Amino acid sequence: MRPDLEIIRHWIEPDSRILDLGCGDGNLLQYLKETKNVFDIGLEIDADNINECLSKGVNVIQQDIDNGLANFQTDSFDTVLLTQTLQALSNPDLLIEEMLRIGRKGIVTFPNFGNWKSRLYLFNRGRMPVSKFMPYQWYDTPNIHFCTVKDFDVLCEEKNIRVLARTVVDNEHQGNWYMRAWPNFLGEIAIYHLTREPG
Amino acid sequence: MPDVIPENSVGLVKPEVYHFDEPLTLRSGKVLPAYDLVVETYGRLNDQGSNAILICHALSGDHHAAGYHAESDRKPGWWEECIGPGKPIDTNLFHVVCLNNLGGCSGSTGPRSINPATGRYYGPDFPVITVRDWVNSQVRLADRLGIRKWAAVIGGSLGGMQVLRWAISYPERLGHAIAIATAPKLSAQNIAFNEVARQSITSDPNFHEGRYLDFNTSPKKGLMLARMVGHITYLSEDALRSKFGKDTAEIGPGGSNFGRDLRTGKLSFGLNIDFQVESYLHYQGERFSENFDANTYLLMTKALDYFDPSVDFDGELSRAFANSDCRFFLLSFSTDWRFPPERSRELVENLLQARRQVSYIEIDADQGHDAFLLPIPRYIEAFRRYLLRVHEELSS
Repeated sequence: MRPDLEIIRHWIEPDSRILDLGCGDGNLLQYLKETKNVFDIGLEIDADNINECLSKGVNVIQQDIDNGLANFQTDSFDTVLLTQTLQALSNPDLLIEEMLRIGRKGIVTFPNFGNWKSRLYLFNRGRMPVSKFMPYQWYDTPNIHFCTVKDFDVLCEEKNIRVLARTVVDNEHQGNWYMRAWPNFLGEIAIYHLTREPG
Repeated sequence: MPDVIPENSVGLVKPEVYHFDEPLTLRSGKVLPAYDLVVETYGRLNDQGSNAILICHALSGDHHAAGYHAESDRKPGWWEECIGPGKPIDTNLFHVVCLNNLGGCSGSTGPRSINPATGRYYGPDFPVITVRDWVNSQVRLADRLGIRKWAAVIGGSLGGMQVLRWAISYPERLGHAIAIATAPKLSAQNIAFNEVARQSITSDPNFHEGRYLDFNTSPKKGLMLARMVGHITYLSEDALRSKFGKDTAEIGPGGSNFGRDLRTGKLSFGLNIDFQVESYLHYQGERFSENFDANTYLLMTKALDYFDPSVDFDGELSRAFANSDCRFFLLSFSTDWRFPPERSRELVENLLQARRQVSYIEIDADQGHDAFLLPIPRYIEAFRRYLLRVHEELSS
């Protein structure tokens, strides 16, 4: 399994209730079901992805998370996942709040725009970074709210969200000690474990 | 008649009648002392008896869900698009059971049957049947067929309500509840349409307070009107427009066609049928009124109106699903205004509150409520994949 998903798996308690916002083809939920026997619900809007979920036996609800999550009750899940979707949301700050209303804990992963490659690209070329990993032009990208590890730390602080754990990996989803030492500079994907509960 | 019965059809099928002697106490308190259920089955029941699927029909449906009764049949069963070899409800994988519900007019005991107490037609004396009563009778049928647990119970519209009732009352007897284009209860608007339909029937001079069979007649005009109103509500504005709203080249000197299809190319300036949509509705209504029983129509609309599983739970629908351990799959269609997506989402929300396992998809389709009977690619594909998975889980 991909190292980032392996990290997430470690943070998930067995038999817990998991809501995955933007669950894609359902791979992560299926993996968590098989390895941790979780109760799974995924939200997705893409028809092909939904079909993949149906084929896997992953519970999937067609719902646009940009329209809110009012249909989910407070504290109705143990962990709410938001993997690689944050940057595509209209109101990422509100969604993070909603996540932690619905779930006791939240796990968020996003591409770190503070990574040295992005910085170098912008510095050298003076243009918005385009890479194999983020192949869009500024005008057609679904990723409308990029942020850095530092930005996200500030948001958590402002919203009184406790960061239980934070780690970063590269585009191969591998991590190492120097990435952990300089996460905002070296990390390409940030992975956060969050809660509202006081420490 | 199809020249050749298509390969992906279950082919020629034969209904069977099951007689039940054990009295059935209905929700109304009345008792049906004995009754018949007419049933069709397709596909083989496996040795473990685990691959059975129950199909619940809607207002005007019956047990003939797929295949043909005779080589000379013009049309196959009502859900031919979804039931057959290689179709979403794959008869190569599943044993499919479909029955005509009590109160129906296709062979199961209903208003057209003879009341053993009087020796006359039941007619209006046939007791009002609710969705719960149907499901109770279906449970007995399952017992008779030796089916302990359905792999899935599936239905659209009023059929979807039966699916929900199964999940609420007999959760241990189904693995999956698949409810399509349905609602947790009717809206006031829906009940209003049903009442118009009922009034059209009961105000027909040939209705004879429901005893029309004793008079050797039937309230055909009223039933036709009822069906016409119903039919409009099953279609969307878009569906009607694409069927009847095309510009036509032959606009006569009578004037414009107002963007709708004229039957003859000119206006009659009288009360004749001017527009195609009118003759279409007349045709649909007439064909329906020839075969269907008016008392059955009245009963079916009442069953729709009375459905509301939350009544046993102080109006809290989610509590109704507290023990529904089966998995749910709900589907809705974008232009369905009779059972719109919001109603399915309401169900999803309540199932989530009840902490049930639920999947839900909303299909873009411009055919309105009728879409659940049609071969819409995304619908068929999602349906197929879900049931394929159900089958995989059976064998693992």
